[in-house]
Amino acid sequence: MTPLQGCLLVSALLFAIGLAGAVTRRNAILALVGIELMLNAANLNFIAFWRYGPNPEALSGMMVVIFSIAIAAAEAAVGLALIIAIYRHYKTANLDEMKNLKG
Amino acid sequence: MTWIAQNLWLIPVLPLVASGVIAINKQPQRKLAVALSIGSMVLAFLLSLCAFSATLIHHGESGVFREVAGFNWLQFGGQWLQLGWVLDPLTAIMLVMVSFVSLLIFIFSVGYMAHDENFTRFFCFLSLFAAAMLGVVIANNLLLFFVCWEIVGLTSYLLIGFWYHKPSAAAAAKKAFITTRIGDLALLLGMVWLYAKAGTLTFYDGGNGCLEIPTLAKAFPFEGFGFVALTGIALLIFVGAMGKSGQVPLHVWLPDAMEGPTPVSALIHAATMVAAGVFLVARVYPLMKPDWSALAGPHTIVSMPPLDATVVITWVGAITAMFAASIAVAQTDIKRILAYSTVSQLGYMMLGLGVGGVAVGMFHLITHAFFKALLFLGSGSVIHGCHEEQDVRKMGGLKKFMPVTFATYAIGMLALAGFPLFFSGFWSKDEILHSAHNWPVSQIPFYLGCAGALLTAFYMTRQVALVFFGQYRSRACESADHAHSHVLNPPSHDGGYEPHESPAVMTVPLVILAVFAILLGFVGTPAWPWFDGFLKGEPVQFNFSKLTEGGTLGLMLASAGIVFTGLGLGWWLYGKRQRKTVEEPDVLQVAQPAIFRLLENKYFVDEFYDATVVRFNAWAARICNFLDRWIWGGVVLLVTWMTLGLSRLYRFTDEFVVDLGFDTGCETLREGGDEISKWHTGRVQTYLRVIGVALVVLVLFLVWGRKA
Amino acid sequence: MSPAFLIIAIVTLFAAAAAMSLRNLVHCALSLVVALAGLAALYLQLDAQFVGFAQILVYVGAVAILIVFAVLLTRSDATPNQAILAPGWIAGIAVSAGVFATLGWAALNSPGLPKQMPPAPEATVKNIGDLLMTRYVLPLEVIGLLLTAALIGAVIIAMKEETPKSGGSRRESAPSEKLERTDPALRDCYEAKKGGGV
Repeated sequence: MTPLQGCLLVSALLFAIGLAGAVTRRNAILALVGIELMLNAANLNFIAFWRYGPNPEALSGMMVVIFSIAIAAAEAAVGLALIIAIYRHYKTANLDEMKNLKG
Repeated sequence: MTWIAQNLWLIPVLPLVASGVIAINKQPQRKLAVALSIGSMVLAFLLSLCAFSATLIHHGESGVFREVAGFNWLQFGGQWLQLGWVLDPLTAIMLVMVSFVSLLIFIFSVGYMAHDENFTRFFCFLSLFAAAMLGVVIANNLLLFFVCWEIVGLTSYLLIGFWYHKPSAAAAAKKAFITTRIGDLALLLGMVWLYAKAGTLTFYDGGNGCLEIPTLAKAFPFEGFGFVALTGIALLIFVGAMGKSGQVPLHVWLPDAMEGPTPVSALIHAATMVAAGVFLVARVYPLMKPDWSALAGPHTIVSMPPLDATVVITWVGAITAMFAASIAVAQTDIKRILAYSTVSQLGYMMLGLGVGGVAVGMFHLITHAFFKALLFLGSGSVIHGCHEEQDVRKMGGLKKFMPVTFATYAIGMLALAGFPLFFSGFWSKDEILHSAHNWPVSQIPFYLGCAGALLTAFYMTRQVALVFFGQYRSRACESADHAHSHVLNPPSHDGGYEPHESPAVMTVPLVILAVFAILLGFVGTPAWPWFDGFLKGEPVQFNFSKLTEGGTLGLMLASAGIVFTGLGLGWWLYGKRQRKTVEEPDVLQVAQPAIFRLLENKYFVDEFYDATVVRFNAWAARICNFLDRWIWGGVVLLVTWMTLGLSRLYRFTDEFVVDLGFDTGCETLREGGDEISKWHTGRVQTYLRVIGVALVVLVLFLVWGRKA
Repeated sequence: MSPAFLIIAIVTLFAAAAAMSLRNLVHCALSLVVALAGLAALYLQLDAQFVGFAQILVYVGAVAILIVFAVLLTRSDATPNQAILAPGWIAGIAVSAGVFATLGWAALNSPGLPKQMPPAPEATVKNIGDLLMTRYVLPLEVIGLLLTAALIGAVIIAMKEETPKSGGSRRESAPSEKLERTDPALRDCYEAKKGGGV
């Protein structure tokens, strides 16, 4: 197992944990936490490939990750604002009770 | 081509148009009907005179003057079927006679039918009849002739049954139509056979006509026994003439036809329609008595000419003349006596045609038309004057009530009986007897003719004596039962029960006809056989010595003797000893009750027909009804049920298979949709799970797909 | 694979697992902080120093705190004994296991992955700055716009709404208030809201 593969495995596991949490926990905020974890796993993947890739001088991997972090931050802010607004309507942050889209 | 020959078609078309216009009028307008029909008849008469004068002018130029004209009617194959008309002496004579007598009878009808409410319908039918009869006369094609012949039969039916609410009239009309139909069937068969043989039905076509020698020689070659077919055709056509002209087996309709109004009896059943049969035989005479040597051609010698149709015609005519005259002796209805007299005279005409040729028969036809019409119109006047009474036993002594009628009736009666020298009937009947005497085949028709002449004089005298002489017997009936006779004889329009003379509109035609009944005789005397020469196209001279030639004078004296004998006998039995009452039996009935009963019941011919033909017909009709109802009807029902069954099957299929299929399909779709919509749980986490699964599947697919 | 790497990885993973499975939400948030810090350490290990520090600054310093705020703001009165897992959580676990299996298999069995680490690049802040201003200037501007939009959006979404006149001293509010009143589905929420506040 090369170090790269190790990094990749770690990021995969982190991604899976994040996904597991996002789909199993009832609380909406924890779903968002899971999503943050998944994003971070992807960032780790990018950094790993940048570092072990053919052309690290181009810093392309790093730039992607920088932007990704910025976007994740913005997304976390908006998402949490949404959760707060939803909490005001439903009086709960329980995802199971937000079923208006049920067909 | 003379102008009149070109436009001969106008003569029948004018009354046809008049009939049509009267028919389509919604409100019956008497004056219009009278104006149209009499006006068109006057025009037709004037045109007929034109035709006659044209024929007279060209008479004797070169053979028989004959002009034909026609029009293309139907196209089949590459040829055109031509129909047309012919103007020759025979046509011209008939045209003048038919239009003149019709005109006089039309004028008479104006007075006779004045009280009838169906006045306009009567004139419509009369005009139609006149048109059809004139069409029969001018037709140059046997097909056109047949069409007009049938229309004549139709109008006869319509007019006999004019008072259709009387069951006897309706039955008589039906009988007339069906009996003549039997004759028409034979005529049609003859036509078809002739067409098959000769290839044309046009009479005169410049050498190609079916009556002209070249065509006949080609169609009926002498060597191959072609004359058998020719005689067969001629006999079939004669059967058609028998039906229309009331010769013996098919005579039964004529006496019953007296149910129609008297003008109808005068016009149709005396002067014209029944004469159409005689005219047919005269028209196709080259078929009846073919010129065998001309047909055989120049190379064959005809040693013994074969029998032709004239033999049959002569025998039938002679038998009819005798038969009907004997029945007339025992009749009591004034019109029926005249009807049987007509049958008898038609027999004479056929006899004349058979033994003597076209001129002999046609001469008697022309003279008979005038005096028989006169007699019928006179009887109409008598009936009208006696307030619709028709039984001679209830009349009598009318001489003093209706003098004009009596005078003209007497003239007609003498003409019919054949009173010598001054009356036309004498000359025409004499021609016939003369030719019968000279007939090579047999003398029996001559003797039958003589016997018939005797009987004719006898029964006519009987009739005149019973009607016009003696006492008016109806009053005796009256005084016996006043109330009863009120019903029988309703009061006349002038308030009395007495018979009265008819108005001028009815008596003037009588007078005109009487004049002709006398004068016409003179065109056919042996001294000046103008009629004969006219028809044959030969010039004629007045030659008094011909009268005194041996055979002729002897025959004239013999027939005069017969006539006087009959007149005397009739006067002695009926004129001298007058009947006093209505109910007393006839003199002859007392003398010979069995024979009288036979004669009175018309030899039971009608009853015989009833038991055989009519019964057979009814039985056949029952069978056809059964067939139609159960067999053909059954087939139709079967088809109906099959169709219904099929339609039920279709409906079943449509409802349960197709619809159900669709419904099931739609239901399945909907339920499927319901099921699938359950996948939209509205829960985000479920969606996320699905995305995860999709991601895995996608990666696997890409990897595996790449590898494959 | 150096032991340092292993240890940091294990810590990160445990912290992540904890963040996802603890009952108390604040504990989850704090575990998340640990996980994010561990990740930053991993970045440092991989010679991505700027990213590592950016991670600490942004994620730990901002996102995690934000999460804590959100947890505190949305605290419900539910009893602690309530289930924490959504129904059908086994399916979720299975799905994530499948995803991990796929990714791991892909990672382990892909041909052509480089075997050793090339020499360390010069990833100084100056270089990053240069790149940001030349090659990545467009994304930089767009990120700026995005952040502005997200900022404004979040503020508006999470803004406290004013209650209607009939309720009390608070005055008439935005269209969302009217929506609450007219939509029957939301009416019970509205009624409940009138009773209690946030």
